[in-house]
Amino acid sequence: MKQGTIGFLKRSPLHLVLIGLAIVWMLPTAGLLITSFRTPGDVGDTGWWTVLAHPFNFTQYTLQNYESVIFEGGMGRAFINSLVITVPATLFPILLAGFAAYAFAWMNFRGRNLLFMTVVGLMVVPLQMTFIPILSIFAKLRIAGTFPAIWLAHAGYGMPLMVYLLHGFIAGLPKDLFDSAAIDGASSIKTFFRIVVPLSVPAIASVAIFQFLWVWNDLLVALIYLGGSPNVGPVTLKVANLVGSRGQNWEILTAAAFVSMALPLVVFFSLQRYFVRGILAGSVKG
Amino acid sequence: MRTRRWVPWLYTAPALLLLIFFLVYPSVETARLSFFDRAGESYVGWQNYVYAFTNNTMLTAFRNNAIWLVGFTLFTVSFGLLFAVLLDRVRYERLIKSMVFIPMAISMVGAGTIWKFVYAYRPASVSQIGLLNAIVVGLGGQPIGWLIERPWINNICLIVVGVWIWTGFCMVVLSASYKNIPKQLMEAARIDGATEWQIFRRVILPLLMPTIAVVTTTMIVFVLKIFDIVYVMTNGNFSTEVLANRMYKEQFSFTNYGRAATIAVILLVLIIPMMVINIRRFRQQEATR
Repeated sequence: MKQGTIGFLKRSPLHLVLIGLAIVWMLPTAGLLITSFRTPGDVGDTGWWTVLAHPFNFTQYTLQNYESVIFEGGMGRAFINSLVITVPATLFPILLAGFAAYAFAWMNFRGRNLLFMTVVGLMVVPLQMTFIPILSIFAKLRIAGTFPAIWLAHAGYGMPLMVYLLHGFIAGLPKDLFDSAAIDGASSIKTFFRIVVPLSVPAIASVAIFQFLWVWNDLLVALIYLGGSPNVGPVTLKVANLVGSRGQNWEILTAAAFVSMALPLVVFFSLQRYFVRGILAGSVKG
Repeated sequence: MRTRRWVPWLYTAPALLLLIFFLVYPSVETARLSFFDRAGESYVGWQNYVYAFTNNTMLTAFRNNAIWLVGFTLFTVSFGLLFAVLLDRVRYERLIKSMVFIPMAISMVGAGTIWKFVYAYRPASVSQIGLLNAIVVGLGGQPIGWLIERPWINNICLIVVGVWIWTGFCMVVLSASYKNIPKQLMEAARIDGATEWQIFRRVILPLLMPTIAVVTTTMIVFVLKIFDIVYVMTNGNFSTEVLANRMYKEQFSFTNYGRAATIAVILLVLIIPMMVINIRRFRQQEATR
């Protein structure tokens, strides 16, 4: 016990550096969270850190800011829009990427490797390269500013990374499984749904989290294909607009920002393991 | 597996069609548009490129992208390495990793709001509500307009936000690689009387080099396209413009498609060498596996 204490003291510079850095990393978010529960008057008068003098004096906190951003500020609507955008834009491309990854991993066809390299190589293309032509097609099809437009866009943009990550996993499944499925006369579609999908759950989970966080947190693609319309705009767009229009109302901004962060944080904390695995399995998209 | 010849195409077709529609075709079309005028109607040769490399705001954007490239990459990778190596030595590793990693889960818009508040500026006569200025004033200084003071302070303040978000990513990747280094190697060096610093320089760093290279190129590819942070925090004002934000403005504020397309092509050209390095490295790893 005593030796433990001495060891701890000897290594105190290490602990100080690490704990210090961790606090620096958390302070900005802590400030945001605390501010979002303070009254507009307090926020304007004093820094958020003043509440730390007597943190358990609950009269200084209020839920008013959340009430006003969610019900009057349109943040509730934006939250629902974000869900409507994110869920299909996550599930539907994963299925398609899974089909493609399965074919690339376990079927023989001419040009397979070249095609696969090309698909993965498309990760280089900056999204900015694609906006003008697609927008003009969307305008002609009259789907610019609608949910299907952004579902399709996210499906297309996410595809290279999703195919790459899923391929890495599916190609690593044991060959015997596929041989015995073939001997049993299972069709390829049956093999996919009965063998590949159940065994690839960890990989599917990491890809799903990636795509979910990417779509939920995206601002650029939403700005381009949805425009500024509040009817379809997601939370990121709403917060960006609030920063522009109510830049000094910190209590409103911080509450709105926190609403936009709540779901990703829940997803992140409950599925952190898969998220990290996804990062390690491949690169990132952009 | 014996399958009919068209079956593989049935499986890959949906993905391939999406890719052709959203990535292949538009890239080619954008490259073509970069040689046309603002409406995309008449051919103008290299005029947009001449503009891109001579216009003052564009030059500022190039300079800022260069500052981002160096500052952002250097600090995300170094902090990531620092956390990866130091955290392995303490018991509360997981807790701190989560804390550093959290910003990865939130949007850059959310992060931009968080940091705008940290940088909030008010005149010296009233009390400061921004953390950074409160510290400066507390130490007896004058409050600083962090996002206005050009060109170094405000650009550095924006880069800090990016570093805050992406260090977690570098940390996770480098930490996984660090844990793969056999502990006997470090023990052996310690027994031979090497100092911790020598072990880091001579044992850990060389073994981590391949991962550091991957992380660095990934960060470079990402930072060249940096958009959201600048868009939310300064919108490129006060000499903080970057290429991606400039492109957005050319397209939507000035509706000059030729120029916007040109900036996109320049971004692609800047990114390609990094990806080539990454792919080559990836192939080497596959070959030695």
